[in-house]
Amino acid sequence: MTNPRLLPYLLLLPATLFLAFFFIMPFVQVAWMGLSADGALSLDQFRTMASHWKFQPALVNTLLLALIVVPMQLALALGMASIVTGMGRGREVVLYIWTIPLGISDLAAGIVWLAILDQTGFLNSALYSLGLIPGQVNWLTYQSPWLLFAAVIVAEVWRATAIMLVILVAGMGLIPKEYYEAAEVFGAGAWQRFVKVTLPLLKPSIQTALILRTILAFEVFAVVIALAGTNLPVLMGETYTWQFAMQRRGVAAAYALVILGISIAFTVVFLLALRTREEQRA
Amino acid sequence: MTAVADAIPASTAVDARKAGRLLNMAIVAVLCAWVLLPIYLIAVNAMSAPADVTGWPKRAWPGFHFGSLSFFINYAGVARAMLNSVLVAALTMIFAIGLGAPAGYALARFRFPGKEPFRLLVLMTRAFPLPLLALPLAVLFIRTGLDDSIIGLALVHTVLALPFAVLITYALFMGIPRELEEAAWTLGCTRVQAFRKVVLPLALPGIAASGVFAFVTSWNEVFAAAVLTVQNRTLTAFLIQSLNISPLPLKFAGGAVLILPALIFLFAVRRYLFSLWGIANR
Repeated sequence: MTNPRLLPYLLLLPATLFLAFFFIMPFVQVAWMGLSADGALSLDQFRTMASHWKFQPALVNTLLLALIVVPMQLALALGMASIVTGMGRGREVVLYIWTIPLGISDLAAGIVWLAILDQTGFLNSALYSLGLIPGQVNWLTYQSPWLLFAAVIVAEVWRATAIMLVILVAGMGLIPKEYYEAAEVFGAGAWQRFVKVTLPLLKPSIQTALILRTILAFEVFAVVIALAGTNLPVLMGETYTWQFAMQRRGVAAAYALVILGISIAFTVVFLLALRTREEQRA
Repeated sequence: MTAVADAIPASTAVDARKAGRLLNMAIVAVLCAWVLLPIYLIAVNAMSAPADVTGWPKRAWPGFHFGSLSFFINYAGVARAMLNSVLVAALTMIFAIGLGAPAGYALARFRFPGKEPFRLLVLMTRAFPLPLLALPLAVLFIRTGLDDSIIGLALVHTVLALPFAVLITYALFMGIPRELEEAAWTLGCTRVQAFRKVVLPLALPGIAASGVFAFVTSWNEVFAAAVLTVQNRTLTAFLIQSLNISPLPLKFAGGAVLILPALIFLFAVRRYLFSLWGIANR
């Protein structure tokens, strides 16, 4: 019989080895790839990256997209979670429908919205049959970058709000009903209950939802390619281009380090800004 | 506040509540339509003749013509890409469960030094944009002959899926009372027997659910798949690499095919979505 004291380590060993080999080591490697040239420490890759004209727009677009999309999604997910938590009949069906996008990839979401926003798409067809436009309008061109941007935002809000919703609904389920009853006894209205009871007790869930969603927002890639092609540069798309089309792995690695850097920075900010003391946990 | 409330006749208060409920229902309906309508429209495209898909203006109902879908399935490389996607996702599922479930069990059942560092390692993966792992691993895979292979991509997808598998199975085993296992021991079962005969039957549906999450994670992944595969492309890699050259019917049929399995799988595991996934994510 195996030593029971060793058993937990034995059970953890495969997963630990796997993560060490396929998670920690590759990230060390990518750091070296980005920070070296011809086997010596160097900032050449970063210089090449930063001097390319697409770097700045890619960085700005990626950050701006995250800064617009994530707060919208948080607000929407909080609203949806509140509605669904207060629901009686039909709750299961509504929850299933609202979480469907959880299983939809960013590529599929991009294609779905292309079907709607394309020149011969459903939006134009609907506007045309209502007599609002005289003919086909091309919304998704490089001449109107703001429309490209808006299309990506719509597709992202459509697809990726569900992941926050699931975390927030699960979190709301953990808040004891008594707190709401007590708040009602003291005369708190629905809004006050939301602000004074739900929000503070939901902080750990909000923190998790924000971290997960923000990291994913920095990885935005396929939606953008599907809707805007290469007319709306983003960091992940540039990484792909340098790696695949230009075959410059070092520069791709430098991009990876930029994405990694902003991801970790934002995670740390969320961890510090939304800290919960142990006794505040629901 | 109370003075105002008293001044309003009771019937008005009832009316206000009714109006509030109606408004709530309207919001729920609008949000359901917001999620479902785009999926319906891509389905319309997928089930219309190619001429209708590129036609103008579009109808909002399908022609129930399978020309687009058969064009898609018979397009060079698509059938192979679909098979590859299924294989990679199945392997990812097996790897994630095989490595993750033992770790989840160890975290749920034992107290031991090293437990917190391991949990931290798993949680840390959240702050990292994991698809970027494809960059350094591409180099490693070329050296080891795993480049452009099903198994190589499945290993990368496992890094994405494993942390969730660990956290989900951890939550799952926490929910199965330790006493059941202990009772089996006192009745003469060995540790392995007790696990197999008592814990496993109870845990199996949840483990299957976490397997489904791993499958969907892999099925939907675009970036790593596009970076790591050339000949053995998955469906997402195929679609993203041919986006700018493929005709609209192909894109839309592809988008619909990407979404379908996710819909089915999510429906199958909807019961576990909140109890496991939501809680495990906290």
